Amino acid sequence: MTHFGFESDLHTLLRLDAPILNAPPARWQRKARDGPAAPGPATLSPMKPSNRAHGAGRTPGRTPGKSASKTQSTPSKAGGDRYIPHRSAMQMEVANFLLTKENDDSEDTPTKKEQQKTWAVNLNGFDVEEAKILRLSGKPQNAPEGYQNNLKVLYSQKATPGSSRKNGRYIPSMPDRILDAPEIRNDYYLNLIDWSSQNFLAVALDNSVYLWNYASGEIIQLLQMENPDDYVSAVSWIKEGNYLAIGTSNAEVQLWDIQQQKRLRNMTSHSSRVGSLSWNSYILSSGARTGHIHHHDVRVAEHHVATLAGHTQEGDSGDFAPIQTFTQHQGAVKAVAWCPWQSNVLATGGGTSDRHIRIWNVCSGTCLNTVDAHSQVCAILWSTNYKEFISGHGFAQNQLVVWKYPTMAKVTELKGHTARVLNLTMSPDGSMVASASADETLRLWRCFEMDPVKKKEKEKAGSAKSSIIHQGIR
Amino acid sequence: MAKQQSREQGITLRGSADIVAEFFSYGINSILYQRGIYPPETFTRAQQYGLTLLVTADPELQRYLCSVVDQLKDWLYKCSVQRLVVVISSIESNEVLERWQFDIECDKTAKDESAPRDKSQKAIQDEIRSVIRQITATVTFLPLLETSCAFDLLIYTDKDLVVPEKWEESGPQFIANSEEVRLRSFTTTIHKVNSIVAYKKDSFP
Repeated sequence: MTHFGFESDLHTLLRLDAPILNAPPARWQRKARDGPAAPGPATLSPMKPSNRAHGAGRTPGRTPGKSASKTQSTPSKAGGDRYIPHRSAMQMEVANFLLTKENDDSEDTPTKKEQQKTWAVNLNGFDVEEAKILRLSGKPQNAPEGYQNNLKVLYSQKATPGSSRKNGRYIPSMPDRILDAPEIRNDYYLNLIDWSSQNFLAVALDNSVYLWNYASGEIIQLLQMENPDDYVSAVSWIKEGNYLAIGTSNAEVQLWDIQQQKRLRNMTSHSSRVGSLSWNSYILSSGARTGHIHHHDVRVAEHHVATLAGHTQEGDSGDFAPIQTFTQHQGAVKAVAWCPWQSNVLATGGGTSDRHIRIWNVCSGTCLNTVDAHSQVCAILWSTNYKEFISGHGFAQNQLVVWKYPTMAKVTELKGHTARVLNLTMSPDGSMVASASADETLRLWRCFEMDPVKKKEKEKAGSAKSSIIHQGIR
Repeated sequence: MAKQQSREQGITLRGSADIVAEFFSYGINSILYQRGIYPPETFTRAQQYGLTLLVTADPELQRYLCSVVDQLKDWLYKCSVQRLVVVISSIESNEVLERWQFDIECDKTAKDESAPRDKSQKAIQDEIRSVIRQITATVTFLPLLETSCAFDLLIYTDKDLVVPEKWEESGPQFIANSEEVRLRSFTTTIHKVNSIVAYKKDSFP
């Protein structure tokens, strides 16, 4: 009952727009009228006569006067959870009059008129009483029949720009080759494959590293970790292709000579697993789970030359200092790649919670382009042969997508993997991409095959420079 | 035109009305051209305000604009006009798609005999030029008018004005669900013109 009473009180309070008939006067009105001289008896509910009789009896400890005055001042406390005025103290007619008068529109105050006017101006954009809208009689003017706004042509956009154009080259939709990769670790944060300039594909399968010679098809097991619980978490070839750096789960960075199939160095500086490696001539940068990136000068005994600490979780391909920090991605960012022909352009792909590929201008820090990939972006690689890049994805399609840059149009999708793509790596000539997937296969896609004519030209140009490339690292 | 330039000394009420009316003439022509209401081949080039503007060569449209601008000039002179609106609506559905609104603030204290205001013709022209340039520039963000459109000119005048022959009263013709962009304004010191373009919000976000 009390509950309903309170509710109806609230209701009446909220409905200020309608005149309230036979409603009790507002407390402040009654108070003003009655004055302190006539404090109403402290009753609790006019609806229950029994209650009225017990009104004073409810608080027997108090003197009647005190209790009455208390009820008057803070009725809600004295009378429980609500205040119910006494019917005999009400002047219904006066209250009704006062209340209806309050809501009567006929008696507008100047401020109210002002307000109405302002409303009118705001709503209609002009004051109805002060303006007249005129127009020349007749129909509105329009161009002669049959005229079509040809601006439409200027602005109309094809639904899929770029991609709908014939893209001029054939990309096989099937992988060129499928290799088994048993026990490949399904971990987003590892870098398990790398393709060397001497055409060796290094694959880390759990605790061993295999080398696959693309030219001969020969497979060599390069190493196996001594402790079966450890695993190889990153592989990276030096640019010249004669040394392989591996990162391990026990925080080591090892350097292997391929010719000799021997370990040259074991560099320990990290405190956690090394998930990414990157070479910059003789400086090897390693990113560990701790978020630290260490630079190792592999030529000297004191290999650890610098540390970068800016990440909170596993860093990736740490060959640059954080000059800019980008914060638009909503999830983990694993796929990061620098544009090979525009050195200030960086492509990044977000994880499951983000699913966007973003292109950044790192000089200005602006996001140049963004495209929703609709699935986790596990890896990004720029093509060196075309103005394109390829991204590897996770659930649901586990596909690879070739994108045109800068239009960001999809060139093609390469499907075949049955589990998410973990890593991508490109063949030395840039024509093939190897994808490692959690479905324990490696697939080689011939997606950036060059036009034979162009290829010859490039080879010619490349042979002139080859002497520089083959300089040793020492 | 020649009349204004002969008055190098300052701005009189009549001169101001001429300048503003002329601005509307060019402004409306620009809108009609830029928004593709009329075929572009029916426009000819004209040099004005240091810009190349396109003015209609369609005789019927010329006649219509002329009669409106002449009437407007008269009202500007009498300082009884408050606003000019170019309403662009779809012919098929009659729906208002775009509304170019030019609010005119008149200095009613200006009289014929009062001393000319001190503002150079060039300063005013510079201001007008930037407004016209903005009209041109807005085309880049205004939604494309997909259907063939008609336009209408509404003039908001003082309440006590006698409606001239051939004119009629109209509603404000607002756009439901519109977005507004305020453009620059210019002033002759007697008439101040503020421009706003309102357009129908794209239903696709």
